[in-house]
Amino acid sequence: MIRGFGASLRPRDIRAARSARAARSARASRASRDSALLGAAACLAVALTGCAAPTAADGDAGGPAASGDTSANLASAEITVLAAASLTEAFDELVTRFEAANPAVEVTLGYGGSGALATQVVEGAPADVFASAAEPPMQQVVDAGDALDPVVFATNTLELVVPAGNAAGVSGLDDLANPDLRIALCDESVPCGAASAKLLANEGVVAAPDTLESDVKAVLTKVSLGEVDTALVYRTDVEAAEGDVEGIEIAAAAKVVNRYPIAAITTPGTNDGAAEARAAAAFVAFVTGDEGRETLDAFGFGAP
Amino acid sequence: MTRAAVRSAGRLAWPVVAIAVVAIAVLVLPLVALVARAPWAELPELLASSAVLEALVLSFGTAILATLLCLVLGIPLAALVAHAEAWPTLPRRLLRAAVTVPLVLPPVVGGIALLMLLGRRGLIGEWLDRAFGITVPFTTGAVVLAQVFVALPFLVFAVEGALRSSDRRTEAAAATLGASRWQVFRHVTLPIVAPGVAAGGVLCFTRALGEFGATITFAGSLPGTTRTLPIASYLAMQTDPDEAVALALLLLAVSIAVLLTLRDRWLPGATA
Repeated sequence: MIRGFGASLRPRDIRAARSARAARSARASRASRDSALLGAAACLAVALTGCAAPTAADGDAGGPAASGDTSANLASAEITVLAAASLTEAFDELVTRFEAANPAVEVTLGYGGSGALATQVVEGAPADVFASAAEPPMQQVVDAGDALDPVVFATNTLELVVPAGNAAGVSGLDDLANPDLRIALCDESVPCGAASAKLLANEGVVAAPDTLESDVKAVLTKVSLGEVDTALVYRTDVEAAEGDVEGIEIAAAAKVVNRYPIAAITTPGTNDGAAEARAAAAFVAFVTGDEGRETLDAFGFGAP
Repeated sequence: MTRAAVRSAGRLAWPVVAIAVVAIAVLVLPLVALVARAPWAELPELLASSAVLEALVLSFGTAILATLLCLVLGIPLAALVAHAEAWPTLPRRLLRAAVTVPLVLPPVVGGIALLMLLGRRGLIGEWLDRAFGITVPFTTGAVVLAQVFVALPFLVFAVEGALRSSDRRTEAAAATLGASRWQVFRHVTLPIVAPGVAAGGVLCFTRALGEFGATITFAGSLPGTTRTLPIASYLAMQTDPDEAVALALLLLAVSIAVLLTLRDRWLPGATA
């Protein structure tokens, strides 16, 4: 099961907390109040550490999550994967498949602009795997000593995107220079923005954007809401939002290729158990392996 | 009372003091860290860049404009809210809720709501676009609107508090002496609540200056047009943490400067 980033208490934990509280309430009122306070503090600690809450401490060791007999021989582990926004749909699917093959492992996913995620990792966010939409953010993480030997696992190129119906009649890259059109681009501080700037420079187009967004999905949302007439996003984003938007292929975009590296984080904040490290390595191997390739292919990502 | 009793009455129980110290640490330590990690040597260079100046000018301009709009809209609304004390329960509560909701709402939700109202396919926005060719998102006006949406309740509640604690008999006296309702409001009510208006205006300004979520959602982010200091700081954090820290320091300095200017005078809770 894919859980939202930051989700922490599962029903089992809540039940355990409830019964503990019920047992305490039988005692003298003063003691009960004190221990309830402690209980609340413990709950808070669990909520703060999020995915790092150890499963063995649930008092429910007989549950399936705690048993070790899985197909891939991975011990029970909860890992956090931080991935570029453009990987959203592909990684949702990859994680579902990975968890199906490794029932003992629970993956928490967080998406965002690659640059912001790299900063989070360097600043010590509890992450086990980082997948970036370009090499510079990954290099930032490697330079900080938080990852070793990133592997490029996918490539992506840009495409013009318009709201369904293309009311503004956008036809090519030159339209991005039209000040009368509402145009969104990624900010240059994120990979899709850097790629956009390179593509526009290659073609000698001076764009007239109305907004520079902090990740590619924010750009795509502006298009699917019809708030802008056109934008540059990844080919894979156009596929992901099919129906709400239309893509316009640009021949010149083939020359600006984004390479996506992935790596296990070597100094994770709280998930530093060996089980987590093995699960993280297994996830990286899964993404770079045959099944990962097949899934990424289905979502329109090119081979490395 | 004996002297000992007086002393113990003036003293807090130690758990209260201990927890209060933790609370102070929670509030102050992050700011200490920000100052400690600031790239002081490169600071002048970082802050003198044209991008920062652009964001600074835009932030101040929009926050001042938003504060003025809040004053114009908020004082009459505060008067209405104070007046509503005499209303039946339901309309009184509805009015209060309308003013309170933006205060407790995550600003991003405010931004989405504004987009649904004024976006090109929004409730009013579609008509504005068709009839007048006006589109609001991605303009400096959108930044001001987002700021007004989040900051207005601060002004309304500050002024309303002043109105409610003021002595209404002065207004009654003015009325019995023949002043019209407008004259009473203009010459009696307004001067009485002036300190509340000033405090509300300052809160409003600082809230508008720090606005991020509603702005980036509704107005976007374009240097010189909609990229305010908080947005510039957020984006800088993606590539250049030093620049982000420099911008954060700038915002902190502005906030503290505002606090110091108004110290002891209009701040809520400060001793006069």
